[in-house]
Amino acid sequence: MSELERTVTKVIVPSGMLGAGVKREHIAYGLAQGAHAIAIDAGSTDSGPSYLARGVSKMNRESIKQDLLVLLQMANEAGIPVLVGTCGTCGADASVDWTRDIAIEVARELGIGLRIACLYSEQPAAVLKRKLAQGKIRPLAPLGQATDELFDACDHIVALMGPEPYMDAVQRGANLVLGGRTTDTAVLSAVPLMRGAGVAQTWHAAKIAECGGQCTTNLRRGGVLMHVGADHFDMEPLDLGNRCTPESVSAHLLYENSDPFLLVEPGGILDAKEAVYTQVEPRITRVVGSIWRPMPYTMKLEGARGGDYQTIMLIGIEDPEVLANLDEFHDRMHKTLVDRIAATFGDEAGNFEVSLRLYGWNGTSGQPVPADTPPPRDVGVLFVVTARTQDLADRMARSCNPYFFHMPIRFDMELPSYAFPFTPAEIPRGRVYEFMLNHVVETEDGFELVRTDWVDVSSTGTVEHLETPHA
Amino acid sequence: MPKIAEVCRHVRSKNAGPFWITVDFFFADDDSFARYRDAPELGPDLFARLFGTDPAGVKRVPVDALRMIKISYPRPHPQGWRHERDMHGGQQFARLLSVELA
Repeated sequence: MSELERTVTKVIVPSGMLGAGVKREHIAYGLAQGAHAIAIDAGSTDSGPSYLARGVSKMNRESIKQDLLVLLQMANEAGIPVLVGTCGTCGADASVDWTRDIAIEVARELGIGLRIACLYSEQPAAVLKRKLAQGKIRPLAPLGQATDELFDACDHIVALMGPEPYMDAVQRGANLVLGGRTTDTAVLSAVPLMRGAGVAQTWHAAKIAECGGQCTTNLRRGGVLMHVGADHFDMEPLDLGNRCTPESVSAHLLYENSDPFLLVEPGGILDAKEAVYTQVEPRITRVVGSIWRPMPYTMKLEGARGGDYQTIMLIGIEDPEVLANLDEFHDRMHKTLVDRIAATFGDEAGNFEVSLRLYGWNGTSGQPVPADTPPPRDVGVLFVVTARTQDLADRMARSCNPYFFHMPIRFDMELPSYAFPFTPAEIPRGRVYEFMLNHVVETEDGFELVRTDWVDVSSTGTVEHLETPHA
Repeated sequence: MPKIAEVCRHVRSKNAGPFWITVDFFFADDDSFARYRDAPELGPDLFARLFGTDPAGVKRVPVDALRMIKISYPRPHPQGWRHERDMHGGQQFARLLSVELA
């Protein structure tokens, strides 16, 4: 083994999301290359605020279990750790516990011993109010400064962890690290940083690998293997038929990132402006020249809450007379429904809102349609009423029923019936969830706002909760 | 006057966190990129007009190596608000395709 080989840390990133599915042959390929760890993200804000507000996972239990069965079995045979970031989509404490219980079940089914480190980063409002009073919370654009009331309004608040708690957990013997909310990159960075790989190279590699195969030419063919050295990193697909090219790799830095070169992380900023991407083997791209600028330690905060409730109804319209006058139809229908609710519910109505979305016309944007646009063949009209309780929203929808389904385009015609597909016609949709925070908190280090619990599962399946791991 | 759809091989939009949307314009060839890399028609006012964003918040960064420019703007309302129609912001690019350039 050459000096270069010895100093390179290799991490298997099986996919962009735990539960999306992993292939045994892909993991086997990474293990055969001498991987030091398997790391995978399980979270995202991309599906909206509902998951954090409720503290639940978007992925179902079966999908998480399926992936953990493969990863834990193969990692156990190879003797390397598995790191999971942002368990259960939102990384709330309950989502870490949910994932831990699935992992315990998997370990028992496989008959393997497992030392699990659970990292929690959910924050009580009181902790953040104290930080606010100390001047240690800053807003990120476009939001303004936080207030005590803002923290109180959130149902769950999480702080995005950096790699330090993962590094510590692996060093103390964890085979499986289950993290609460963590930056997508930190969970992939932990093992290379722990083994002394280049700091800028590690963070840059992790950003490229965060969505698994998205940085390859065929994103449906599995994840990647990060090879991180002292002054370079290589990105290689786990599938022998797939490729990482300078374009596919460099383009991923643009993805879901408001700046194409700078990435703010806990404890520093990655600057990839001067990075150079080279095809060193047909399947492998090498990257050099990224820079890491250390900064005082900060953790980003995310918070969400449940607000008002919505009820929806849907109709289809093919009547050419309506289709030829859709904007007028929309405006008249909207006024009719708002008036109907106000007249029916009086003061009880409160701050309700009715929204009508004409899919097939301008439902996606809600913007005016150019004047010369020909009528469509068919539109779907989605009715959404928002009110302060589910019961009220349901009743409002029912009160609109005769108008929404039968409002004529002309008053001198018999009542039409638009095509409604369901009965009962109104569908209680649940709450509107809202993201409340876009702030950072200054901390002493990567551990101040993080708590670690240890769980040992023996090979016979007994479970022991530990304050600190046995030596 | 060419439209954005005629000088770009690919335009895409996506959330960059719950409070931002980022739009990537990949130009079709070197000439188009050189000509429109700094085009004033793609300035903050366009994004204010089409998306209701605060023009002062619009960020624009060209990436020469990829022959593209990235323009990011604050969402007028956070992702998932009560009248959300595009949770991922993935369809917001469509409004830009017919914008005319000089």
